Amino acid sequence: MADIRIDAVRKSFGALEALKEVSLDVREAEFVALLGPSGCGKTTLLRIVAGLETQSGGRVLIGGRDVSALPPRARGLAMVFQNYAVFPHLTVADNIGFGLQMTRAPADRIRRQVERAAALMHIEALLTRYSAQLSGGQRQRVAVARALAVEPAVLLMDEPLSNLDALLRLEMRAELKSVLAAAGTTTLYVTHDQTEAMGLADRIAVMHEGRIVQIAPPVEVYRHPRTVFVGGFVGSPPMNFLRLAVTGGAVQLGTLALPAPAGRDGAVMLGIRPEDLALVGPEDGFGFRVQVAEPLGPHILATGEAAGQMMRVAIPPDHPVRAGESLHLRPDPARITWMDPDSGRALGAS
Amino acid sequence: MSIATAAATETAAARRRGLTVAARPYLLIAPSLVFLLLLFLVPLLQTIALAFHTGAGPGFGNFAAMLDDLDFNAAVRDTFALVIVVVPLQLALALGMSMMLRHLRRGRDLVLWIWSIPLGISDLAAGLVWLAILTDKGYLNTVLFHLGAIARPQSWLTYETPFTLFLAILAAEMWRATAIVFVILVAGVQLVPREFEEAASVFGATPWQRFRRVTLPLLRPSIQTALILRTVLAFETFAVVLAIGGRNFPVLISQAFEWQNAEQNYGVAAAYAVLIMAITLAATLVFLIALRPRAGEAT
Amino acid sequence: MTGRRALYVAGVVVVCAWTVVPIYLLALGALGGSKTVYAWPKPFLPVGFAAENFTAFLHIAGIWPAMLRSVEVALMCMAFSIALGAPAGYALARYAFRGATVYRLVILLTRAFPVGILALPLAVSYVRLGLYDTPLGVALIHTALAMPFAVLISASLFLGIPRELEEAAWVFGCSGAGAFRRIVLPLALPGIAAAAIFAFVISWNEVFAATVLTVRNKTLTAYLLSVLSESPLQTQLAGGLLLILPSVFFIFLVRRYLFAMWGIASR
Repeated sequence: MADIRIDAVRKSFGALEALKEVSLDVREAEFVALLGPSGCGKTTLLRIVAGLETQSGGRVLIGGRDVSALPPRARGLAMVFQNYAVFPHLTVADNIGFGLQMTRAPADRIRRQVERAAALMHIEALLTRYSAQLSGGQRQRVAVARALAVEPAVLLMDEPLSNLDALLRLEMRAELKSVLAAAGTTTLYVTHDQTEAMGLADRIAVMHEGRIVQIAPPVEVYRHPRTVFVGGFVGSPPMNFLRLAVTGGAVQLGTLALPAPAGRDGAVMLGIRPEDLALVGPEDGFGFRVQVAEPLGPHILATGEAAGQMMRVAIPPDHPVRAGESLHLRPDPARITWMDPDSGRALGAS
Repeated sequence: MSIATAAATETAAARRRGLTVAARPYLLIAPSLVFLLLLFLVPLLQTIALAFHTGAGPGFGNFAAMLDDLDFNAAVRDTFALVIVVVPLQLALALGMSMMLRHLRRGRDLVLWIWSIPLGISDLAAGLVWLAILTDKGYLNTVLFHLGAIARPQSWLTYETPFTLFLAILAAEMWRATAIVFVILVAGVQLVPREFEEAASVFGATPWQRFRRVTLPLLRPSIQTALILRTVLAFETFAVVLAIGGRNFPVLISQAFEWQNAEQNYGVAAAYAVLIMAITLAATLVFLIALRPRAGEAT
Repeated sequence: MTGRRALYVAGVVVVCAWTVVPIYLLALGALGGSKTVYAWPKPFLPVGFAAENFTAFLHIAGIWPAMLRSVEVALMCMAFSIALGAPAGYALARYAFRGATVYRLVILLTRAFPVGILALPLAVSYVRLGLYDTPLGVALIHTALAMPFAVLISASLFLGIPRELEEAAWVFGCSGAGAFRRIVLPLALPGIAAAAIFAFVISWNEVFAATVLTVRNKTLTAYLLSVLSESPLQTQLAGGLLLILPSVFFIFLVRRYLFAMWGIASR
């Protein structure tokens, strides 16, 4: 097992700066998710670690060894690709054993490893089949088994679940988590799906426009986003951001007065998640006018207007609301994140 | 070594790796480019050089001889007649065939293959096939005889019957070369999403309206390609004409051939070649411009 | 079946018949023996399979050697076209390099050009180079005809093999060449074979350049053209059949790739 050290990596495609001085340390046996919207550079970063792209600047170290100039096969890693890349002209068994065959391992060791990896991914029955005879989910398992079979020091995964349907994605996520935890493999995982990142990762590195904007365990990223972007991107539905004026150490949210963060005047952004707003009586909260109510099952998502700004609130399902209704809400003070409206950064963050 | 230097060296090594990778595509295309240079560009320039080279130095002597050629006017007339009639007919027929194929569910592959068979047939073989049909004791006359239309074998391919000769060559070319246009159009038709036509029919368009206003415009790139390729080939039609018409139907390329082989006059042959090249270039340009994507349209 | 549908099916059958029947008639004439060739009115069904006509044809001085020469030329054309065209197709498919569009345009240009005409000045050059009247000389101009197709077919072929497969091979232990050998080549082979066969057929069928560039060592097409006016009808028919059969057979083999040759090329 090895650690990964990404040291000030830059990447430009002509005039386009895809990665701007990214640094990241992944500890041994740690699972780090690179999370971000398309175009943020997460796949580029992963491919640079893999050796499939050459960085414009900076280094990559794996297990303390500088691999920046080495081809992929010399870096001691394995990878699961977004479209699985299962070789169509080889059987499942030959696919899984491919990496070992390339190292000229003895035949019975290959066979044992293949059987072990296939058992881990529950595809023992498919070993003699070809890719064309497999479903998407089965191909994905073959791709993971192929990576596990070589017992890599580092495992890279490029949105491996994004081409599966929703239910399959859920199942595979749980399976992946248990298999990888048991193997203790250092994993770098790219995804644009924040639920995946939240569910799988020990730490999430949120990326935006070529930079890592926050790296922290999932719960911390969720509760204490460092920027407006992180708060809006992580969590579904996204965090609400209300721009409020500070007067005399307090902000006015409709009829509700809240103490402003210490030493601030001018304007602030109040960040609060839809589920952290409680239904209260008219005296205890601020007014909220419902425009759309969507009963989603676990809660009712009400979109509406408060204090002149749009926001969303999650209401318990046994409290039906209709469009046009007026409610009163109160934010949980422990869950408020204050942000600077100009920089978009959380107050108190460096 | 400081960290900065180490980082710089790593990047330099990475960059060197990047350079060899960057050179690879050029190395891969180089042999084909060299080949085309030697066997395409050079002969092309030589053709032009030969055409303008007379015994008395550079000049238009060969072109003058070409214009004075007894068969020149006939050749120009016949060549253009053939192309102008054949190409639009084939386009229409191929369009019809492509549309027919679209509605076929079972047996589509078989029909597609059968209709593509002429792709593999040499124009000489096509000429011989239709010779067998149209010759004096051939199958056409047999059919006409059985139908009672004629009592004795009729000659269709002599120089006393120029019109039927033209029709015969036309038939042979239609039979042989429609497949070329057809295959290009079928590939293009496959790219037209059914949804466009379905939307049109939901909004009340008749099949003909759908064809004219939805399918046809979307096929324009394929039609352009097919027209250019077919027209260029049509000006090159050689063996069909010789097989069926012999010397009774001179075309520009057979004249070029005559001057080269029989008269051993490379200059005039080259003059004919230059003329053919100029005509096909002009035709290509016409098609490129007339059928180019309109402003704002996706190509 | 509704009337409209019946009409449609009839139309399809008519077009099929129009394509196939002439070949059948040719075969009748070529294989039917002297009874069929000179019969009037012609019978539409085989009156007797007299291969004697056809074998006599094959024994005509010059036919068999001409056929062998056609095979020789076509094989050379095939080999050259693939050797030059497949790597170029790979480059177009896998690398986004400056000049790719220009190169593609050049390739398309050579198709929109009457390449056969170039045989005229080549005849002059070949005499100087000692290539006149040789199979190699003819094969070279045929390669100029077929290579652009090989490039375009290969390009579409390699595009159809996802880059991810090569990258996976690299990650799991292959060098660049190793990945190509183990992964790309096996998957590309059927398509490359199709391109090769297409090159063969182009060469086999070509008439003009073959005629211009040969005198005594003629290919089959050149030979048949040269004896057009003098030979009896059954010789011509038998020659025609000999020309058609291999091509039709080969086109059947590569029918799945017919679109790659033309459809992608229009882009």
